[in-house]
Amino acid sequence: MKGSLIILAFFATGVLLGSNKFLPEFMMENDLSMYALYVLMFVVGVGIGADKNSWSVVKKMKVKLFMVPLGIIIGTGIGTFLISFLLSDINYKESLAVGAGFGYYSLSSIFITQMHGETLGVIALLSNVLREMFTLLLTPILVKYFGKLAGIAGGGATAMDTTLPIIVRYSGKEWGIIAVFSGIVLTILVPFLVTFILEVM
Amino acid sequence: MIAVLVLMAVGTGLGLYLGKYPKLIKLNDRLTSLAIYLLLFLLGISVGLNDKIMNNLDTIGVKALVITIGALAGSMVCALLVYKLFFKEGGSHEG
Repeated sequence: MKGSLIILAFFATGVLLGSNKFLPEFMMENDLSMYALYVLMFVVGVGIGADKNSWSVVKKMKVKLFMVPLGIIIGTGIGTFLISFLLSDINYKESLAVGAGFGYYSLSSIFITQMHGETLGVIALLSNVLREMFTLLLTPILVKYFGKLAGIAGGGATAMDTTLPIIVRYSGKEWGIIAVFSGIVLTILVPFLVTFILEVM
Repeated sequence: MIAVLVLMAVGTGLGLYLGKYPKLIKLNDRLTSLAIYLLLFLLGISVGLNDKIMNNLDTIGVKALVITIGALAGSMVCALLVYKLFFKEGGSHEG
Protein backbone atom coordinates (compact mmCIF):
# COMPACT_ATOMS: atom_id res chain seq x y z
CA MET A 1 0.00 0.00 0.00
CA LYS A 2 2.89 2.32 0.82
CA GLY A 3 4.33 1.69 -2.64
CA SER A 4 1.02 2.63 -4.27
CA LEU A 5 0.91 5.89 -2.34
CA ILE A 6 4.43 6.83 -3.42
CA ILE A 7 3.55 6.09 -7.04
CA LEU A 8 0.35 8.13 -6.83
CA ALA A 9 2.32 10.98 -5.24
CA PHE A 10 4.68 11.03 -8.23
CA PHE A 11 1.71 11.02 -10.59
CA ALA A 12 -0.06 13.79 -8.67
CA THR A 13 3.10 15.92 -8.59
CA GLY A 14 3.39 15.52 -12.34
CA VAL A 15 -0.23 16.58 -12.80
CA LEU A 16 0.27 19.67 -10.64
CA LEU A 17 3.45 20.71 -12.45
CA GLY A 18 1.88 20.05 -15.85
CA SER A 19 -1.39 21.85 -15.22
CA ASN A 20 0.46 24.91 -13.89
CA LYS A 21 2.91 24.74 -16.81
CA PHE A 22 5.65 24.87 -14.18
CA LEU A 23 8.20 22.97 -16.25
CA PRO A 24 11.38 23.48 -18.24
CA GLU A 25 10.77 23.96 -21.96
CA PHE A 26 12.22 20.64 -23.11
CA MET A 27 9.89 18.66 -20.87
CA MET A 28 6.83 20.37 -22.28
CA GLU A 29 7.86 19.69 -25.86
CA ASN A 30 9.43 16.24 -25.80
CA ASP A 31 7.82 13.08 -24.64
CA LEU A 32 10.52 11.20 -22.81
CA SER A 33 8.27 8.44 -21.56
CA MET A 34 8.91 6.03 -24.43
CA TYR A 35 12.59 5.81 -23.47
CA ALA A 36 11.74 5.38 -19.81
CA LEU A 37 9.34 2.62 -20.82
CA TYR A 38 12.14 0.80 -22.64
CA VAL A 39 14.22 0.88 -19.50
CA LEU A 40 11.30 -0.22 -17.34
CA MET A 41 10.38 -3.21 -19.48
CA PHE A 42 13.97 -4.37 -19.57
CA VAL A 43 14.40 -4.26 -15.79
CA VAL A 44 10.97 -5.83 -15.25
CA GLY A 45 12.13 -8.67 -17.50
CA VAL A 46 15.37 -9.11 -15.55
CA GLY A 47 13.38 -9.20 -12.33
CA ILE A 48 11.08 -11.94 -13.62
CA GLY A 49 13.96 -14.01 -14.98
CA ALA A 50 15.97 -13.71 -11.78
CA ASP A 51 13.08 -14.62 -9.48
CA LYS A 52 13.51 -18.30 -8.62
CA ASN A 53 9.96 -18.37 -7.29
CA SER A 54 8.54 -17.65 -10.73
CA TRP A 55 10.11 -20.75 -12.18
CA SER A 56 9.92 -23.26 -9.37
CA VAL A 57 6.24 -22.50 -8.87
CA VAL A 58 5.52 -23.19 -12.52
CA LYS A 59 7.47 -26.45 -12.53
CA LYS A 60 5.84 -27.86 -9.41
CA MET A 61 2.26 -27.05 -10.13
CA LYS A 62 -0.37 -29.10 -11.77
CA VAL A 63 -2.29 -28.02 -14.80
CA LYS A 64 -5.37 -27.14 -12.81
CA LEU A 65 -3.53 -24.20 -11.29
CA PHE A 66 -3.49 -22.53 -14.68
CA MET A 67 -7.26 -22.50 -14.42
CA VAL A 68 -6.95 -19.74 -11.80
CA PRO A 69 -5.31 -17.02 -13.94
CA LEU A 70 -7.25 -18.29 -16.96
CA GLY A 71 -10.52 -17.88 -15.07
CA ILE A 72 -9.49 -14.37 -14.01
CA ILE A 73 -8.66 -13.43 -17.60
CA ILE A 74 -11.95 -14.80 -18.93
CA GLY A 75 -13.98 -13.30 -16.09
CA THR A 76 -12.36 -9.88 -16.40
CA GLY A 77 -12.79 -10.05 -20.19
CA ILE A 78 -16.49 -10.89 -20.07
CA GLY A 79 -17.14 -8.35 -17.31
CA THR A 80 -15.34 -5.45 -18.99
CA PHE A 81 -16.82 -6.38 -22.38
CA LEU A 82 -20.41 -6.34 -21.10
CA ILE A 83 -20.02 -3.22 -18.96
CA SER A 84 -18.61 -1.27 -21.92
CA PHE A 85 -22.14 -1.06 -23.33
CA LEU A 86 -23.11 1.11 -20.35
CA LEU A 87 -20.44 3.63 -21.33
CA SER A 88 -21.39 5.65 -24.38
CA ASP A 89 -17.90 6.83 -25.35
CA ILE A 90 -15.85 3.77 -24.39
CA ASN A 91 -15.88 0.95 -26.92
CA TYR A 92 -15.47 -2.70 -25.96
CA LYS A 93 -11.82 -2.83 -27.00
CA GLU A 94 -10.92 0.11 -24.80
CA SER A 95 -12.79 -1.40 -21.89
CA LEU A 96 -11.09 -4.78 -22.40
CA ALA A 97 -7.66 -3.10 -22.55
CA VAL A 98 -8.26 -1.27 -19.26
CA GLY A 99 -9.43 -4.51 -17.64
CA ALA A 100 -6.36 -6.36 -18.94
CA GLY A 101 -4.25 -4.40 -16.46
CA PHE A 102 -5.51 -6.78 -13.74
CA GLY A 103 -4.53 -4.22 -11.10
CA TYR A 104 -1.02 -3.66 -12.53
CA TYR A 105 -1.77 0.03 -12.88
CA SER A 106 1.75 1.38 -13.39
CA LEU A 107 2.57 -0.72 -16.42
CA SER A 108 -0.89 -0.92 -17.98
CA SER A 109 -1.50 2.83 -17.80
CA ILE A 110 1.85 3.55 -19.42
CA PHE A 111 1.29 0.96 -22.14
CA ILE A 112 -2.20 2.18 -22.92
CA THR A 113 -1.04 5.82 -22.96
CA GLN A 114 1.61 4.97 -25.53
CA MET A 115 -0.67 2.88 -27.72
CA HIS A 116 -3.99 4.65 -27.42
CA GLY A 117 -3.59 8.06 -25.82
CA GLU A 118 -3.57 9.73 -22.45
CA THR A 119 -7.27 9.74 -21.68
CA LEU A 120 -7.59 5.97 -21.77
CA GLY A 121 -4.22 5.75 -19.98
CA VAL A 122 -5.61 7.75 -17.08
CA ILE A 123 -8.76 5.62 -17.01
CA ALA A 124 -6.52 2.54 -16.86
CA LEU A 125 -4.50 4.07 -14.03
CA LEU A 126 -7.57 4.90 -11.94
CA SER A 127 -9.45 1.70 -12.74
CA ASN A 128 -6.55 -0.55 -11.83
CA VAL A 129 -5.76 1.38 -8.65
CA LEU A 130 -9.43 0.95 -7.74
CA ARG A 131 -9.20 -2.78 -8.42
CA GLU A 132 -6.35 -3.09 -5.92
CA MET A 133 -8.15 -0.88 -3.38
CA PHE A 134 -11.43 -2.76 -3.62
CA THR A 135 -9.62 -6.07 -3.23
CA LEU A 136 -7.85 -4.83 -0.12
CA LEU A 137 -11.11 -3.55 1.36
CA LEU A 138 -13.63 -6.15 0.20
CA THR A 139 -11.78 -9.50 0.26
CA PRO A 140 -13.22 -10.46 3.68
CA ILE A 141 -16.74 -10.15 2.23
CA LEU A 142 -15.99 -11.50 -1.27
CA VAL A 143 -14.49 -14.70 0.12
CA LYS A 144 -17.82 -15.49 1.82
CA TYR A 145 -19.85 -15.29 -1.36
CA PHE A 146 -17.41 -16.27 -4.10
CA GLY A 147 -15.19 -18.86 -2.44
CA LYS A 148 -11.53 -19.05 -1.51
CA LEU A 149 -10.31 -17.81 -4.87
CA ALA A 150 -12.18 -14.51 -4.60
CA GLY A 151 -9.25 -12.53 -3.14
CA ILE A 152 -6.84 -13.98 -5.70
CA ALA A 153 -9.23 -13.13 -8.54
CA GLY A 154 -9.85 -9.62 -7.25
CA GLY A 155 -6.16 -8.95 -6.74
CA GLY A 156 -5.29 -10.13 -10.25
CA ALA A 157 -1.65 -9.26 -10.95
CA THR A 158 -1.26 -7.78 -7.45
CA ALA A 159 -2.03 -11.14 -5.80
CA MET A 160 1.73 -11.80 -5.81
CA ASP A 161 2.61 -8.75 -3.73
CA THR A 162 0.35 -5.96 -2.47
CA THR A 163 -2.86 -7.94 -1.97
CA LEU A 164 -1.11 -11.19 -0.94
CA PRO A 165 -1.30 -10.51 2.82
CA ILE A 166 -5.05 -9.98 2.77
CA ILE A 167 -5.57 -13.07 0.58
CA VAL A 168 -3.59 -15.28 2.94
CA ARG A 169 -5.42 -13.81 5.91
CA TYR A 170 -8.92 -14.50 4.61
CA SER A 171 -8.48 -17.58 2.39
CA GLY A 172 -5.72 -19.30 4.37
CA LYS A 173 -1.97 -19.80 4.05
CA GLU A 174 -2.33 -22.73 1.66
CA TRP A 175 -3.70 -20.32 -0.94
CA GLY A 176 -0.63 -18.10 -0.77
CA ILE A 177 1.37 -20.06 -3.32
CA ILE A 178 -1.61 -20.14 -5.70
CA ALA A 179 -1.96 -16.37 -5.28
CA VAL A 180 1.72 -15.83 -6.12
CA PHE A 181 1.47 -18.14 -9.13
CA SER A 182 -1.64 -16.48 -10.51
CA GLY A 183 -0.20 -13.01 -9.87
CA ILE A 184 3.03 -13.86 -11.71
CA VAL A 185 1.19 -15.29 -14.72
CA LEU A 186 -1.07 -12.25 -14.98
CA THR A 187 1.82 -9.80 -14.45
CA ILE A 188 3.74 -11.36 -17.33
CA LEU A 189 0.66 -11.38 -19.57
CA VAL A 190 -0.39 -7.73 -19.01
CA PRO A 191 1.79 -6.19 -21.75
CA PHE A 192 0.96 -9.00 -24.20
CA LEU A 193 -2.79 -8.88 -23.64
CA VAL A 194 -2.95 -5.08 -23.81
CA THR A 195 -0.97 -5.09 -27.06
CA PHE A 196 -3.13 -7.88 -28.47
CA ILE A 197 -6.40 -6.14 -27.61
CA LEU A 198 -5.44 -2.71 -28.92
CA GLU A 199 -3.36 -3.64 -31.96
CA VAL A 200 -4.41 -7.06 -33.18
CA MET A 201 -8.09 -7.45 -32.29
CA MET B 1 5.13 -1.99 -28.88
CA ILE B 2 6.82 -5.11 -30.19
CA ALA B 3 10.23 -3.59 -29.36
CA VAL B 4 9.13 -3.22 -25.74
CA LEU B 5 8.03 -6.85 -25.50
CA VAL B 6 11.30 -8.01 -27.07
CA LEU B 7 13.25 -5.95 -24.53
CA MET B 8 11.28 -7.63 -21.75
CA ALA B 9 12.03 -11.08 -23.16
CA VAL B 10 15.75 -10.26 -23.48
CA GLY B 11 15.71 -9.01 -19.89
CA THR B 12 14.08 -12.23 -18.72
CA GLY B 13 16.74 -14.33 -20.43
CA LEU B 14 19.47 -12.21 -18.88
CA GLY B 15 17.73 -12.40 -15.51
CA LEU B 16 18.01 -16.19 -15.53
CA TYR B 17 21.81 -15.80 -15.33
CA LEU B 18 21.93 -12.68 -13.19
CA GLY B 19 19.76 -14.39 -10.56
CA LYS B 20 22.96 -15.73 -9.04
CA TYR B 21 24.05 -12.24 -8.03
CA PRO B 22 21.71 -10.97 -5.32
CA LYS B 23 23.37 -7.54 -5.25
CA LEU B 24 22.67 -6.98 -8.93
CA ILE B 25 19.08 -8.12 -8.49
CA LYS B 26 18.62 -5.71 -5.61
CA LEU B 27 19.93 -2.94 -7.81
CA ASN B 28 17.57 -4.09 -10.54
CA ASP B 29 14.62 -3.92 -8.14
CA ARG B 30 15.57 -0.37 -7.21
CA LEU B 31 15.87 0.58 -10.88
CA THR B 32 12.42 -0.91 -11.48
CA SER B 33 10.91 1.27 -8.76
CA LEU B 34 12.72 4.35 -10.05
CA ALA B 35 11.60 3.71 -13.63
CA ILE B 36 7.99 3.32 -12.46
CA TYR B 37 8.19 6.57 -10.45
CA LEU B 38 9.68 8.40 -13.41
CA LEU B 39 7.08 7.08 -15.84
CA LEU B 40 4.13 7.90 -13.62
CA PHE B 41 5.62 11.34 -13.03
CA LEU B 42 5.90 11.85 -16.80
CA LEU B 43 2.38 10.53 -17.30
CA GLY B 44 1.23 13.01 -14.67
CA ILE B 45 2.91 15.86 -16.53
CA SER B 46 1.30 14.97 -19.85
CA VAL B 47 -2.05 14.63 -18.12
CA GLY B 48 -1.59 17.99 -16.42
CA LEU B 49 -0.71 19.62 -19.75
CA ASN B 50 -3.77 18.05 -21.40
CA ASP B 51 -6.75 20.36 -20.91
CA LYS B 52 -9.18 17.80 -22.30
CA ILE B 53 -8.33 15.42 -19.48
CA MET B 54 -8.05 18.07 -16.78
CA ASN B 55 -11.51 19.43 -17.58
CA ASN B 56 -13.08 15.97 -17.53
CA LEU B 57 -11.43 14.32 -14.54
CA ASP B 58 -14.78 13.60 -12.89
CA THR B 59 -16.30 11.77 -15.86
CA ILE B 60 -13.01 9.93 -16.41
CA GLY B 61 -13.16 8.80 -12.79
CA VAL B 62 -16.70 7.50 -13.19
CA LYS B 63 -15.73 5.55 -16.32
CA ALA B 64 -12.79 4.00 -14.48
CA LEU B 65 -15.08 3.01 -11.62
CA VAL B 66 -17.65 1.42 -13.95
CA ILE B 67 -14.98 -0.62 -15.78
CA THR B 68 -13.54 -1.75 -12.45
CA ILE B 69 -16.96 -2.95 -11.29
CA GLY B 70 -17.34 -4.94 -14.53
CA ALA B 71 -13.86 -6.44 -14.18
CA LEU B 72 -14.42 -7.45 -10.56
CA ALA B 73 -17.93 -8.82 -11.11
CA GLY B 74 -16.77 -11.02 -14.00
CA SER B 75 -13.71 -12.15 -12.03
CA MET B 76 -15.81 -13.13 -9.03
CA VAL B 77 -18.20 -15.27 -11.07
CA CYS B 78 -15.31 -17.06 -12.79
CA ALA B 79 -13.41 -17.42 -9.50
CA LEU B 80 -16.43 -19.16 -7.99
CA LEU B 81 -16.75 -21.45 -11.02
CA VAL B 82 -13.06 -22.41 -11.03
CA TYR B 83 -13.19 -22.95 -7.27
CA LYS B 84 -16.22 -25.24 -7.45
CA LEU B 85 -14.98 -27.16 -10.49
CA PHE B 86 -11.33 -27.66 -9.61
CA PHE B 87 -10.52 -26.87 -6.01
CA LYS B 88 -13.39 -27.81 -3.75
CA GLU B 89 -12.48 -31.15 -2.21
CA GLY B 90 -14.48 -33.63 -0.20
CA GLY B 91 -18.09 -33.39 0.88
CA SER B 92 -21.09 -33.48 -1.35
CA HIS B 93 -21.47 -31.10 -4.24
CA GLU B 94 -24.06 -28.86 -2.76
CA GLY B 95 -25.26 -25.61 -4.28
